[in-house]
Amino acid sequence: MIVRDHNELFKSPEYTELFEKKKEFESPCSSVDVANVQEWTKTEEYKDKNFARQVLVVNPAKACQPLGAMLCATGFENTLNFVQGAQGCCAYFRSHLSRHFKEPVAAVSSSMTEDAAVFGGLNNMLEGLENAYALYKPDMMAVSTTCMAEVIGDDLNNFIKEAKIKNKIPEDLATPFAHTPSFVGSHLTGYDNMMKGILLYMGKDGYKSPSGKINIIPGFETYTGNIREIKHLLNLMGVQHTVLADTSDVMDAPNNGTYKMYPGGTPLKDAKDAINARATVALQKYSSIKTAEFISEVWKQKFEAVPYPIGIKNTDAFLDTISKLTGKPIPQEIEDERGRAVDAMVDSHAYLHGKRVAMVGDPDLLLGLISFLMEVGAEPVHIVCTNGDKFFNEEASVLLSENFFGRNAKVYIRKDMWHLRSLMFTEPVDLLIGNSYTKFLWKDTQTPLVRIGFPLFDRHHLHRYPIIGYNGVINLVNWTVNTVLDEMDRKSMYSPSFDAIR
Amino acid sequence: MKTDIERTQKIIDEVLEVYPEKTRKFRTQHIKPNDPSGECGSMCAVKSNIKSRPGVMTIRGCAYAGSKGVVWGPVKDVIHISHGPVGCGQYSWWSRRNYCNGTTGIDSFVAMHITTDFQERDIVYGGDKRLAEICREIKELFPLAKGISIQSECPVGLIGDDIEAVARNMTNELGIPVIPVRCEGFRGISQSLGHHIANDSIRDHVLGKKTIENKTSYDVNLIGDYNIGGDAWASRKMLEEMGLRVIAQYSGDASLNEISIAPSAKLNLIHCYRSMNYICRHMEEEYGIPWVEFNFFGPTKMYQSLRKVASYFDDKIKENAEKLIEKYTPIMNNVIETYKPRLEGKTVMLYVGGLRPRHVIGAYEDLGMEVIASGYEFGHKDDYSRTHAEMKEGALIFDDVTGYEMEEFTKKLRPDLVGAGIKEKYAYHKMGVPFRQMHSWDYSGPYHGFDGFPIFARDMDMTINNPAWKLIRRKR
Repeated sequence: MIVRDHNELFKSPEYTELFEKKKEFESPCSSVDVANVQEWTKTEEYKDKNFARQVLVVNPAKACQPLGAMLCATGFENTLNFVQGAQGCCAYFRSHLSRHFKEPVAAVSSSMTEDAAVFGGLNNMLEGLENAYALYKPDMMAVSTTCMAEVIGDDLNNFIKEAKIKNKIPEDLATPFAHTPSFVGSHLTGYDNMMKGILLYMGKDGYKSPSGKINIIPGFETYTGNIREIKHLLNLMGVQHTVLADTSDVMDAPNNGTYKMYPGGTPLKDAKDAINARATVALQKYSSIKTAEFISEVWKQKFEAVPYPIGIKNTDAFLDTISKLTGKPIPQEIEDERGRAVDAMVDSHAYLHGKRVAMVGDPDLLLGLISFLMEVGAEPVHIVCTNGDKFFNEEASVLLSENFFGRNAKVYIRKDMWHLRSLMFTEPVDLLIGNSYTKFLWKDTQTPLVRIGFPLFDRHHLHRYPIIGYNGVINLVNWTVNTVLDEMDRKSMYSPSFDAIR
Repeated sequence: MKTDIERTQKIIDEVLEVYPEKTRKFRTQHIKPNDPSGECGSMCAVKSNIKSRPGVMTIRGCAYAGSKGVVWGPVKDVIHISHGPVGCGQYSWWSRRNYCNGTTGIDSFVAMHITTDFQERDIVYGGDKRLAEICREIKELFPLAKGISIQSECPVGLIGDDIEAVARNMTNELGIPVIPVRCEGFRGISQSLGHHIANDSIRDHVLGKKTIENKTSYDVNLIGDYNIGGDAWASRKMLEEMGLRVIAQYSGDASLNEISIAPSAKLNLIHCYRSMNYICRHMEEEYGIPWVEFNFFGPTKMYQSLRKVASYFDDKIKENAEKLIEKYTPIMNNVIETYKPRLEGKTVMLYVGGLRPRHVIGAYEDLGMEVIASGYEFGHKDDYSRTHAEMKEGALIFDDVTGYEMEEFTKKLRPDLVGAGIKEKYAYHKMGVPFRQMHSWDYSGPYHGFDGFPIFARDMDMTINNPAWKLIRRKR
């Protein structure tokens, strides 16, 4: 039996006729008007208007703080996210993360409503903590806030203390918290705040004795493959380490016929031991700003924010940092991985050299991609970072200005994908790099798209593959060069250039 | 008490044992064995539309989700501002699959995320000034937008902004309707109040603002169909085929004009009673337009519904309905003959919103399947009263189920298929229980209408009978 679903069904004449007839009641804009405006949106004039806007935000590439807090806390063993505030937010965060990772994401909310808006959210938190503990038996409840709780000024520290005094939850239940107002910063800020909150809680007994270990903070990491890659590299080097917020097994759990609400994560005993480590290395500077301060100033521990190890040089820098910190050499096996990655770049350079690239994403991701692209001779052109600040702007601009392949690049902070749309029309590029939402740019501007970033909703399994380390380089080369080649095939389909060998 | 009811009650009691006492008492009232006869009385009455208990992992969303996500979001030629911080609009962006025709960013804005992106200064000083400015910028950059709706997020109501005044001023200044919607997420207890608030704003600012010249006695509105995967189009096709004229879709693939002219219709056909009964009742009181509920899932319900809808019209329409049924019966029978042997006897557990917990039961039954448990995220009493007769005695009915309860009931009832949402989906994959998203049709659809049923049957079959489930090696 042939079944036609939406992909085919609505192309049939009976439906196209139906759509046409429906217009009688729609009072639609004329097709001339639509075509004219469409063309106008591609012009310099429109771009100027678009860049002149002061308030309007259209298709931004950023989410809000509690989402980042939630991703952070899921990376700890037996930890339940508790969101103080309105319940819809919690539902949204869970859906958003599930759509990306294709994994269950457990979290509870204190379901605050109008009465809490008047009287404060204390009662909701007391009952919420009691219920959540009884049902889901976590070893740690990580509390974050929605903007409702922030606007009315809920005091998490006191509320949680009161819950313990009133025996709603056991005294020894770990209860780190972070105030995560959605109207400040982005998901990166929330990750940072929650990481700091958890480390503050975990380290409250103070420094004991040196463990010799290295802490790794991956940052708002949406590639489970990246965390596995880091562990792989450190294991090859024989470096004892703790990944703080290890989401790899939580967001990529094996299917063995049982649903485990807490399928992995950083063991709490390791998190408690983090204060005793030799040093902490953060892979994403911009999601570790407050955590960096905390570790250096309160823990007095050595803290290094390395460039997000995307590309050869950044991976070299990461390994050198680890090597310096631990005194351990980089083994031949890793050298061989490097060799294979460089080999892949050399093999594919002819299709990437000189390619003009537009990209949008989080600051550390963009810095890493800029570095990688320039290593293989591609040319970053439009770099849009909705949640980028002046420090990012400066850092990216310096990186680009020091390199021949960065000479045509411009960095846009606090701009969105609708700005990027204008840029891609007025100054076209060969390749676009971004998350699933950038597919509208792919469609509108016909620019081939490489999906890298977050969220990735419309392709499966990409997040399982690392984009960092030397193995990550091979994946990046693979995705970019083969996107270029796919496009080349499509465009040369009816010409002699439709080659069998590329 | 009857055996099946007793057996289910025992399961419910066991599952709820773990709760703290207060919450257990509360949840007990929301989970009941089904009693179609009504003899079980208040013992079997499901409480609903009450605040979720904190911390239990409710699956519910908020009023903003009900307004921006459900009712207003699909109105395609209006720009919907997610007014407040960036998150709400981000998480609800281009995700509900309410299909529409048009050119995104030019004359259609459904798949866009437009926000005021509140910063701390907006919380401190208020967002009204910037709201006015954003309306002007929208008019400038999206000149073909037919209107603007302001979808309020939590802070707006908490800081005391006067978005109504801004909307009034901007309507005058810009010459297009600017519609304030007070759907802050903390209002009410679920998406449900958001539906109501959105409908009220449509009533106050859109409905009846326009009329049509060439009215016919066959003019109807298709209400409460959000065109998920094209549902409303499949339904519209049937209605047109039986000789009715759909003058407004409300709100899947809707234009502002259609909603404006809706009071010109003779009859309102309502699919999702939960989210849209408000506007039907209003049009009945204000314009004397009767309304009728119908169900376009699965042939049995479709045949019944077509006859029910036709009964409001003359013999011509009644004959057309019969002809339509006659035309499609062999096609539907073919679907059943193909898929029923593969699905017969399979049991289903549902937990969805709106109309689906009861409306899809017939479609499963057409395929020889049985819905043994069902529940609503944000149902009211009138939803449950419409559900009892659709299910067997002793079937499980749950209201605002929690993550814990769903998992436990699954272990005890062992359904062959579970239909719920994205938050539940992957937990079921891990359990090895075949699962379909029944909000978004799991990126498939349409499921409504004669064109939808084959897709529904195919999808249930592919998910229940996919060989990959058998590869799961369970830990002993």
